[in-house]
Amino acid sequence: MVASVEDVIQPHSLDPADVPHPLVAMENLALVFGTGEGAVTALTNVNLSIKRHDFVSLIGPSGCGKTTLLRVVADLVKPTSGTIMVDGGTPEQARLDRSYGYVFQAPALYPWRNVRRNVELPLEIMGLPKTERQERSTRALETVGLAGFEGKFPWQLSGGMQQRVSIARAMGFEPELLLMDEPFGALDEITRDNLNLHLHELWKRTQLTVIFVTHSIPEAVFLSTHIVVMSPRPGRIVDVIECDLPYDRKLDMRETPDYLRIAHKVRDGLRAGHSYE
Amino acid sequence: MSAPVYAPEAAVAPALSTRLARRLHRGRVLPIITVLAVLLAVWCAGTVYMNAPRSIEMLERQGPDWTFQQLLDATWSMDRPVVPTPVQVFTDIWQNTVEREISSRRSLIFHSWVTLSSTMLGFAMGTVLGIVIAVAMVYVRTLDRSLMPWVIASQTVPILAIAPMIVVVLGNIGLTGVVPKAIISSYLSFFPVAIGMVKGLRSPDPLQLDLLSTYSATRSQTFWKLRWPASMPFLFPSLKIGVALALVGAIVGELPTGAQAGLGARLLTGSYYGQMVQLWSALVMSAVLALLCVFAVTAAEKMVVAAHGGRR
Repeated sequence: MVASVEDVIQPHSLDPADVPHPLVAMENLALVFGTGEGAVTALTNVNLSIKRHDFVSLIGPSGCGKTTLLRVVADLVKPTSGTIMVDGGTPEQARLDRSYGYVFQAPALYPWRNVRRNVELPLEIMGLPKTERQERSTRALETVGLAGFEGKFPWQLSGGMQQRVSIARAMGFEPELLLMDEPFGALDEITRDNLNLHLHELWKRTQLTVIFVTHSIPEAVFLSTHIVVMSPRPGRIVDVIECDLPYDRKLDMRETPDYLRIAHKVRDGLRAGHSYE
Repeated sequence: MSAPVYAPEAAVAPALSTRLARRLHRGRVLPIITVLAVLLAVWCAGTVYMNAPRSIEMLERQGPDWTFQQLLDATWSMDRPVVPTPVQVFTDIWQNTVEREISSRRSLIFHSWVTLSSTMLGFAMGTVLGIVIAVAMVYVRTLDRSLMPWVIASQTVPILAIAPMIVVVLGNIGLTGVVPKAIISSYLSFFPVAIGMVKGLRSPDPLQLDLLSTYSATRSQTFWKLRWPASMPFLFPSLKIGVALALVGAIVGELPTGAQAGLGARLLTGSYYGQMVQLWSALVMSAVLALLCVFAVTAAEKMVVAAHGGRR
């Protein structure tokens, strides 16, 4: 966006102390499922702050609470204690404002709707007029490289294309924050590489902030600005690794020393998490 | 999932004979014809067997020398047979449908229409009732636990016991004709619809429901955009059972009314007066009616499936 003169002379935007407040901030967050004997601590002592246009990956073995953490941000579960702010308010407020888009492990497309109508589902719920719905769905499908597939039904698409439709669906209502829960976990490696590149391009082109759950180290290092390493029993954050690769990334970057150094750090972090057991 | 292979049905419509040959070739028509032929053969044989004692008696009276051929002819052409032949039944149906005025009291079209109209009204009422019960059970937790035993109990009571009660009670408050029969129809047909729809409305997986809560969708949006369309594959099989049951209900409802009109009335008078041909014609007509009703539901299903992406 081009800053107008008014924007520039706003005093607060010139004040270096007034850096933009974090989009997501968590303090001493904990979540316990159940009570008494059967209680399971899913998350404990989670402190995390995510700035705008960050790409944060949550990585860790199964059961470390990374999906739960994402669901807390999305207000699909409530934390037991601690505080969490999303976009300056509660997660519930963010959900009601539709300020985030959520991409699930499975595409979760509605089989009775064609591609366009699947992408337009959230827009219908928001009550947008038909012409705007069409504009937005067209744009969102172009973004994920699926222009021309509007009339197809989910069963006519490959798994990778279905997942791209679900990303388009999350992009269609132009959220600031994209929550992605192992979106490429069920795909083959070639499709996955391809979609990683797509997602990286998308993130660069927009002002999106992404929280991305994965258990693939290469994927996390390639995409992220920060990698949050988590550990199970109880689910907690063991390390936050800065991923300072260049802003512009290509797939062949995965053989560079910088890349391998960060991947090694992540692997060390994961191992350290396990040694607590 | 792999990309679909498109095999559009021949774009240019071929001649009827070619199409028939192709369908025969695909083995759709032949099995149907075979089954029909076997059924008719069994029917004819049964006719001989059941009518033989009286035919033999009759032949004996004319003289001791009678051939098997004579016996066959006799059993197949009795005035008041125990079991009529297919030819007798279809001749009777032909005479009472095509050759008779629709306004006549003997027209099977008139009687079929009487039955069909209460079937359709009862089916519509039963479908609405079944859906309302299912929605209530899915959305109201206490109803979920309290209603189901009653729904099931309702179907364990024999309809033959309830039908006269409904007809008499409603007759006393001045309701006669189509409404009491439709109520009996709906009593039978709401059940499969309710059972199917409870299952269907609960069929969306947690992910699809989570998705809607991330959009902060309202309950009615969740219903109309997810639960309702997701329940369609469950609704139609239920409707097929429901429409057949509605027909049974309408016919049963015609029995205690003094049997003035409808296929049920034809069945009843046929059995009262030993008019087996009339009874069988009514039977065949009600079977045809049931087929037509189920076909109509299937056609509706095909339209919905096509609108819903064509593969379920």
